[in-house]
Amino acid sequence: MSLDKASRGVGRRQLLIGGAVAAVGAAAAVGADRLDLGGDEVLVDAHGRETVRFHGAHQPGIAITPQAHQSLVAVQLDPGTGRDDVRRLLSVLTDDARAMMAGKPALADPEPEFARIPARLTVTFGFGPGLVRIVRGAQDVPAWLGPLPAYPIDRLREEWSGGDLLLQVASDDQVTVAHAVRMLVKDTRSFGTVRWHQAGFRRAYGSEKPGTTMRNLLGQVDGTVNPRPGDASFADVVWRDDDWLAGGTTMVVRRIEMLQDDWDRLDRHGRELSVGRTLDVGAPLTGTREHDEPDFDATTPVGFPVIPEFSHIRRARSDDPTQVMFRRGYNYDLGPRGEMASDAGLIFTCFQRDLEHQYLPIQARLAELDLLNQWTVPIGSAVFAIPPGAAEGEFVGEKMFG
Amino acid sequence: MTRRRWTTVALLAAATFLAACGSTTTQTQTGDEDTSGLEFTDMWVKSADEGMSAAFGTIVNTTDSDITIVSGTSAASTMVELHETVADETGTMVMREKDGGFVIPAGGEYVLAPGANHLMLMDLQTPILAGDEVKFSLDLDDGSSVEFTAPAKDYTGADEQYMPGE
Ligand code: HEM
Ligand SMILES: [Cu+2]
Repeated sequence: MSLDKASRGVGRRQLLIGGAVAAVGAAAAVGADRLDLGGDEVLVDAHGRETVRFHGAHQPGIAITPQAHQSLVAVQLDPGTGRDDVRRLLSVLTDDARAMMAGKPALADPEPEFARIPARLTVTFGFGPGLVRIVRGAQDVPAWLGPLPAYPIDRLREEWSGGDLLLQVASDDQVTVAHAVRMLVKDTRSFGTVRWHQAGFRRAYGSEKPGTTMRNLLGQVDGTVNPRPGDASFADVVWRDDDWLAGGTTMVVRRIEMLQDDWDRLDRHGRELSVGRTLDVGAPLTGTREHDEPDFDATTPVGFPVIPEFSHIRRARSDDPTQVMFRRGYNYDLGPRGEMASDAGLIFTCFQRDLEHQYLPIQARLAELDLLNQWTVPIGSAVFAIPPGAAEGEFVGEKMFG
Repeated sequence: MTRRRWTTVALLAAATFLAACGSTTTQTQTGDEDTSGLEFTDMWVKSADEGMSAAFGTIVNTTDSDITIVSGTSAASTMVELHETVADETGTMVMREKDGGFVIPAGGEYVLAPGANHLMLMDLQTPILAGDEVKFSLDLDDGSSVEFTAPAKDYTGADEQYMPGE
């Protein structure tokens, strides 16, 4: 608690740099340490001190330039968990999230020093069908909140699927993620057990210009055609306006293994055809720059489409402009295993206001036919309701109890 | 900024104190008015099914004279003791009642933490579950008392041995 005190004041070696760090998602910095280089002062930990606002209409970890690291934890509630238990659990976790996101230790944190470096920490909560059933009764669990339809491509494993409560913990610093996950999970232990944990990463903060489209572990530029937080269309694509979920959204998590050793056998041209985009800058095969609009009608001299009919982007693009999702994927890598040089893939996550209308038709099309399916295998799947952000004095999901 | 700040509530016992401060009301204060001069910051209490538990946090004295907390009660336990933690001759940390109570220095603060000073709940009447809000009332040396609420958290530390009557 004395640390709390120390970080409250702006000391001689600290200064506030609130406006200096702009990022989507209401970021601000708490007191940062500076280094005096004989007249020139350099902020040595400005980014580590950057915070994202916890309270607001929406939860914090969605409409934000993705952080470098993200862990997803799915908790399975103990049998017999009641409505009041869920209320207590959510109020404890809300308080932890609020404190840590502000760069302060959670109450009862035995290692309070970690909290000094939030590095844009966000903690976002999702509710599985089991939790909503406890709080609102079976009749009030939305039809879309449950396992996705079974697809022929699926090789789902129980240990990567389902869950009652999702914790999405993201930060530009992996040490921060590790500590925040541990703190939050400790506070779930008298209510349930961890069902799965998926750790994901993108490029380190500072390696690339913030907001650069990520590269997945097949080497593809992944995330080009995606609503951007701040775009006029973003709110329409993502945020709901109904009842206790107003300001919230729906989330799909798919753990998709990449068959990298098979991918190695495919030449560069074949790789580009499977997606319909170039590997270097991610331009459509009919263009030169990443954000060029693909021309699906263009044909080769021999009369075939330049972007194959069965390519991933052709199959993932609906003719219905309202069938759009917001993707926020992370790489995972468990390292070499046995004969495999890597056991890696994509933690595909996406958000959309209406899962049945915006997600299911596209997922069904891809499952039916997509060249990329030869090198990707879904091994985990879960769906969560993302409640709106908490107002001050409220816990996340409080309106669900209304 | 403080995260959690319960402005304290003066009870009827403090009527004379209130009058002395120029307050026009002699009723129990339930509003935001800070009449005791104590602020409770980041208070929490360790969850426990039975037996003993303890509360922690930072108590700030906003006045320019020392304030002494002499005793207390809570909704979870009628017997709240003011404890300190010291090393005994073998180096084991033990806790015991603090002589003279908790003196919150004028304009200063008093930190209650696991392994240090704390409010001890002696004989729990009901289990304290994580996420419960537990009410406390502390008696001050001027005869008034203050209240605050602390959320309960699961915590595996803070089980020093109790050395009663030391
Ligand atoms: C490991 C699995 C996957 C990989 C490696 C992958 C990779 C890619 C790549 C490289 C692009 C092109 C760049 C871009 O616009 O982002 C893309 C686009 C896209 N992907 Fe995937 N993807 C995977 C799974 C999925 C899944 C499961 C879905 C949804 C069900 C999906 C939906 C989309 C959509 C909607 C686009 C944009 C299409 C457009 O241009 O309109 N992807 N993906
Ligand atoms: Cu004690």
